[in-house]
Amino acid sequence: MTPVAPGARAEAPPRPVAWPRLGGAALGRGLVTAYLSLIVLIPIAALVAQSIDGGLDGFWTAVTSPLAVSALKLTLISSAIVVAVNVVMGTAIAWVLVRDNFPGKAIVNSVIDLPFALPTIVAGITLLALYGTNSPVGIDIAFTRVGIVVALLFVTLPFVVRAVQPVLLELDQEMEEAAASLGAGPLTTFRRIIFPNLAPAILAGAALAFARAIGEFGSVLLISGNLPKTQVASLFIYAQIQSGNDTGAAAVSVTLLLIALVVLLVIGRLTHWTLRHDR
Amino acid sequence: MSIIVEGARKEFGDFVALDDVSIQVPDGSLTALLGPSGSGKSTLLRVIAGLEQPDSGRVMISGWDATDVPAQKRGVGFVFQHYAAFKHMTVRDNIAFGLSIRKRDNKEIDERVQELIQLVHLEGFGDRYPSQLSGGQRQRMALARALAVEPKVLLLDEPFGALDANVRKELRQWLRRLHDEVHVTTIFVTHDQEEAMEVAGQIVVMNEGRVEQTGQPTDLYEHPRTEFVMSFIGPVNRRGAMFIRPHDLELLQVPAPDAEEAMIERIVRLGFETRVELLLPDGQQIWAQMTRDEAEFDELAEGAIVYARPRRAKVFEANGEPRTEELSAAPGA
Repeated sequence: MTPVAPGARAEAPPRPVAWPRLGGAALGRGLVTAYLSLIVLIPIAALVAQSIDGGLDGFWTAVTSPLAVSALKLTLISSAIVVAVNVVMGTAIAWVLVRDNFPGKAIVNSVIDLPFALPTIVAGITLLALYGTNSPVGIDIAFTRVGIVVALLFVTLPFVVRAVQPVLLELDQEMEEAAASLGAGPLTTFRRIIFPNLAPAILAGAALAFARAIGEFGSVLLISGNLPKTQVASLFIYAQIQSGNDTGAAAVSVTLLLIALVVLLVIGRLTHWTLRHDR
Repeated sequence: MSIIVEGARKEFGDFVALDDVSIQVPDGSLTALLGPSGSGKSTLLRVIAGLEQPDSGRVMISGWDATDVPAQKRGVGFVFQHYAAFKHMTVRDNIAFGLSIRKRDNKEIDERVQELIQLVHLEGFGDRYPSQLSGGQRQRMALARALAVEPKVLLLDEPFGALDANVRKELRQWLRRLHDEVHVTTIFVTHDQEEAMEVAGQIVVMNEGRVEQTGQPTDLYEHPRTEFVMSFIGPVNRRGAMFIRPHDLELLQVPAPDAEEAMIERIVRLGFETRVELLLPDGQQIWAQMTRDEAEFDELAEGAIVYARPRRAKVFEANGEPRTEELSAAPGA
């Protein structure tokens, strides 16, 4: 009961009014919901509606037609290969860019993003010119499944590199020195110390690369040569639209989306698991 | 295991981190490498650990030339200032790391880890991740991790530098006791002379990539061989050629031979210790250190005039041994 207390309280700065925070949060949530609805959810809902325009039977028939099945299979297998190669090579490129010093490093670093800047159809033309029938380097992969994979590798290059690079930059190198002083060789150190710390970033890059690969259209358009054996899902869908089968196109698209959703959820779970130590 | 470094030299670009450094660390000792930042103490420690390769010179660990042996084969435990905890592993897995890569069987590892968890007082924390520990706990975990493989030598690089003052004090004493228990030859790096004096049995004082002096704590304090050691280990007043410890400065009420007139600018009371900051007629500021009782007995007050007389002072001559001048042999005489 000192006389100072009431005076001190009177001089204290006024408490911030509560409504701007609450209102801000509500406003933010509303904005995000509206935006996502407009940009993503409503179009997807329309697509789903379109896909079952001919009833569930129509959907099933469209998706199980031999051509649709082979297109989906090719898409998934080539995307899986692309993701696997990206995980290894993307991590290796990120490693070299972060840990090595060599002349021209800044240029190489900028080159990584070029596949994003190039219109994908141009990428297709370029690959066809370089690795096509009249290949100046003697490699002909035009109109083959290998060609599809190469085209997909080209357009998905940056994802894993750009996801891993910042994490590798921030990685505490003393962890590696500690591992060495405890008797770990370089391989053990990579496997038990570095890789587990990079895994969340690698998975994030892999998820993006996978999502991009299964939907890719422009770069594979020319190199596939429009043959049945090299028809990926996106090309199949395009062919269906061309022939006026919008429902069939929508059905395969929705299937593709469902597969993507499942794969992304699995990768999300894996990421969650690799980050268990941060909770 | 004894450690001998002979003529180690290490440059980083234009910067000479180690300039012909030689030290000897006896088996089972607890040695501090003490010096300001940039003195080369951490580089020397890293050279001993094999984390840095010297440009020239040799590192001998228990009579065995380890200069070209990589870090992973030196059998040296290393503790980092910022813990270097494996953040994706539990405390248990962190401590077990060295044993598991040596392919010991699980039962043996479990037992040893349990032992170490007790040794570093982390009972109940075995399943936590480093992010769930305090700084002091992380550093104790790092110590257990280094000790798990029974290293021949334990090296600590500013082990308490990132911790709160209170935790730091506690861990210092704990390290001292741990060393008495474990007896592993230990070298730790610090820039804190109090920490070095309190923990180490032997101190190597470094400055600008060179060893200034090696000796026992009291030896360095009482018989510094260079001006640097005199002023780095313990506080000092400099008056012309004389170096005077603040506790060797007595304040008299009346003029006396060798005593200088001084005005008390400020009196700082730190519990038992009292610091009296003085202004000399020529504008120089010096300070005297005494117990609270002495300060009260003399009724010292800010603004008062006193006569400051050094009881003893050190003079460092360009050539030859430093000289101690006993100006008033017995205190109070």
